[in-house]
Amino acid sequence: MSQQAQAAPAAEASTKKLTFAKAINAALDTALAGDERVLLMGEDIGKLGGVFRVTDGLQATHGEQRVIDTPLAESGIVGTAVGLTFRGFRPIVEIQFDGFVYPAFDQIVAQVAKLTMRTDGRHKMPMVIRIPFGGENGSPEHHSESPEAYFMHTAGLRVVAPGTPQDAHDMLLQAIASDDPVIYLEPKRRYYESAQVDVNAISAAPALDSALVRRAGSDVTLAVYGPLVKTGLDAAEAAAADGTSVEVVDLRSLSPLDFGTLAASVRHTGRLVVAHEASRTGGVGAEVSAAITERCFEYLEHAPVRVTGFDIPYPPAYLEHFHVPDRDRILDGIDHALGRFDGVGLDSSERQGGSH
Amino acid sequence: MALAPSERNFTDPTPDPRDGSAVPTLSLLTPQGVRTTNGPYAERVADIDDAELAKLYSQMIVQRRIDAEGTALQRQGQLALWAPSKGQEAAQIGAASALRETDFIFPTYRDHGVIHSRGVAPAEVMRQWRGASHGGWDPHEKKMAPVQIIIGAQTLHAVGYAMGAAFDGMGGSSVVFLGDGATSQGDVSEAMVFAASFHAPVLFFLENNQFAISEPVELQSRIPLVERPRGFGIRSVRVDGNDILAVVAATREALERMDAGEGPQFIEAVTFRQGAHTTADDPTKYRAKELEEHWAKLDPIDRVETYLRGRGMDTEAIVDSAQKEADGVAAELRAAVIGMTEKDPEMLFKHVYSEPHPRIAEQREEYMGYLADLEDGA
Repeated sequence: MSQQAQAAPAAEASTKKLTFAKAINAALDTALAGDERVLLMGEDIGKLGGVFRVTDGLQATHGEQRVIDTPLAESGIVGTAVGLTFRGFRPIVEIQFDGFVYPAFDQIVAQVAKLTMRTDGRHKMPMVIRIPFGGENGSPEHHSESPEAYFMHTAGLRVVAPGTPQDAHDMLLQAIASDDPVIYLEPKRRYYESAQVDVNAISAAPALDSALVRRAGSDVTLAVYGPLVKTGLDAAEAAAADGTSVEVVDLRSLSPLDFGTLAASVRHTGRLVVAHEASRTGGVGAEVSAAITERCFEYLEHAPVRVTGFDIPYPPAYLEHFHVPDRDRILDGIDHALGRFDGVGLDSSERQGGSH
Repeated sequence: MALAPSERNFTDPTPDPRDGSAVPTLSLLTPQGVRTTNGPYAERVADIDDAELAKLYSQMIVQRRIDAEGTALQRQGQLALWAPSKGQEAAQIGAASALRETDFIFPTYRDHGVIHSRGVAPAEVMRQWRGASHGGWDPHEKKMAPVQIIIGAQTLHAVGYAMGAAFDGMGGSSVVFLGDGATSQGDVSEAMVFAASFHAPVLFFLENNQFAISEPVELQSRIPLVERPRGFGIRSVRVDGNDILAVVAATREALERMDAGEGPQFIEAVTFRQGAHTTADDPTKYRAKELEEHWAKLDPIDRVETYLRGRGMDTEAIVDSAQKEADGVAAELRAAVIGMTEKDPEMLFKHVYSEPHPRIAEQREEYMGYLADLEDGA
């Protein structure tokens, strides 16, 4: 009992206010300190601490051979990381921006994702590929993309997108501990938003591939992830003021998707809205809508509604706020799911498919 | 005083027909079967006496036989595909015989000689060509990655492995095999950038067999390929790839330099793919008969036979005994291939991930249930 009394204040001290970026930094620091096989690789991650300062101070602490500035070649970064796994390392790769990952696409899709199957399970691929993703940050082209669907579609990869600093910390440590390759998507416009983070709560953290109900509700389920978790919670708050009870499910893991948690929610709300920044066609929303319709058809009172970026290349910064779903577009989607009105934008025949 | 090229064991730099540049090529055993015994590279293989050379000769014969068996098995419908290595025996056996257990190998799909030299059982090699697996052997046990099909992708893996050796300081190095077509791939350039920047102990072993399927090497490069690594800051040597002694000497030198901390090394072994690209290819459509006849005279096995016979060795006896060994390997290989009949649908789902995955589990259950229903219905 006296031991417990002593442990309690220590546990409290492990909770501190951290930005999203600092939470990631703390997880990387823990992983580097805890396992000498863990390496960080990327462009400008050393002295500079990364273009977003996410790796700030890590090279000074852990050395140039553990936090490695690489030449500017993304295929080279991921491809050499593959070789490092054959040497027994557990590399964590940073891709500087979402739109820069495509030169590494072959190495990710044809090598990282497939080597475990190619070797009949004899070679594991403990690699994390960190990619800052998403828009609304006033950047030039290639700096605001949401490439998650490409990776979700690739067997052999796991894809996760934390939406809170606590998740950013815990899910990164879980991804590093995984023997499977994990695409870890960081909502870069949330990097400097902060929250209380318990950096010692990893043992109590939910499984990496689980979704979480962030806010309980009864009228409609809203599925979001990454940068739109906060937007979704804002929308739910606004809807509550109008008397609509929105259940917000943070998907967290995009591959595999946790349909169990999502289906349980839809079975009691009967309605689903899924929102993301990425384009609509072939996206997370398409997969979620199809899978939930398969699982919950008889519970659904309305066709699932997708609130997404348009099927266009990411627009110039001047126009991006039209493209990225915001609180009001999500509220509009919620209204559609509740069958209230057609609202602006797509007409109801498009939303409800062949239902009338 | 600088030595003349011949005294350094290089042929006189004759103008390359492609661009007129002078390219000295390391040569220790001529196509006519004349062995050079003086000079710095000759000294590196002085330990390879006639008896040792006879062993290498025998290994090349075995490789050629395995290769012929692979083609035969494909023609008989027992293999999905085969990529012939005929003509490249000196390059592959020569390089492999110089390697140590601590050199991690990253091979291509044509490196049958290298793979056999690493002690991989034919049954393991053939699983891939049979279509029973995408790989075959345990890469950690054999210290050899599965063969790479995406051209050039494996060069980055080898460099990463060698970077790891440099980082952890535990010794060891890596050797990557690549072809002339691969040199055009961005990954190969990136691999050379990373290797040079991190001073990684990696040997790039280029088997320039003159053709990438139908495309001649001239289409890949307007300069001799041996020149290209130098632009990246990597030491590079061109050897007669059909001269097993030159290949061994150059490989030994490269490994020694890597061990001495000199960083990445590059060897261009000039050879010729005597067969087709794969069993699905028809080289008569793009390759002149004269060219094939020219290279037939430069055959890597014939010259060793000529040399050994000249030394008074009973080459027929060596061929007989090599043939017996080759017959044994070929029979083992054939039996292994024909014995691979198991088609377990659950294998589809088995090694996609290392850790449990709900989607895969769900789809496996669904499909196994479907198959069970089919059987019940039948």
